[in-house]
Amino acid sequence: MPAINSITDAGLVARCRTGDDAAWEELVRRFSRYVLAIAQQGFRMSRDDAEDVFQEVFARTYERLGDLRSDDAVRPWIAQLTRRLCIDRIRAGAREVLDPEVAEREVDETLERLDEALAVREALEAMPEACREILDRFFCRDESYAVIGRLLGLPAGTIASRISRCLAKLRQQLEGREWPSAPS
Amino acid sequence: MALCSVMMNEMYDEERIGELLRALPPAPEAWVEAASRLPATRRAIDQIAALAATDAELRREVLADLEGALQRAGLAPDPVLVAVLRDRL
Repeated sequence: MPAINSITDAGLVARCRTGDDAAWEELVRRFSRYVLAIAQQGFRMSRDDAEDVFQEVFARTYERLGDLRSDDAVRPWIAQLTRRLCIDRIRAGAREVLDPEVAEREVDETLERLDEALAVREALEAMPEACREILDRFFCRDESYAVIGRLLGLPAGTIASRISRCLAKLRQQLEGREWPSAPS
Repeated sequence: MALCSVMMNEMYDEERIGELLRALPPAPEAWVEAASRLPATRRAIDQIAALAATDAELRREVLADLEGALQRAGLAPDPVLVAVLRDRL
């Protein structure tokens, strides 16, 4: 049986429907960054509002996985759900300054970038643990060479070259991927 | 497809990859944990609701103190769970 983090989105959804808690945990882990990024980068939500949207997205996902028409479509479905809940939140909160219609227009562009980021993330997840960890710490968690060096037990001076080597590997991994054709 | 693939490869220089990695910082661990616990949480709520359905006195008690019922089941009495439990009853 493949490791749970290498199962396709569709496979994961199918396992969640059978009540597999480990699959649900992986689904949350796989999409947690994406949901947060849509709320904070797409809709500029505060941390508190982003947290409420985040929990609501996963609560509704859990309740409605059975309504999904195609298991392959879980990513755009979650994106759409997050978007809708962000808009509802902005409309409901008088303290929000962002016009929901302006936000909707702007979010299209952000979502496109986040979809691309998610594809890169997927490629990162397929890399060996050592590269995955160092790239995640440096780029995603914004940790300094000194902090990474201390945590991984490496001299800070070797961190830069290791990051560079891992980035090159990630690039190779991305080059080997099949990308969907642009619509004609 | 080949042309598209070439175009995508050209876009992925290392600087761009770094930017895209930065675009998805981790969600706070506590948020992820709370969302991960949803199945167990919902099962605990189902259990409270099932017991309350067979015992009118218990149902009254639970309805009178939804937060307390959640706490007794080992759950955090947050507003979302309180609303879920109220709906179930």
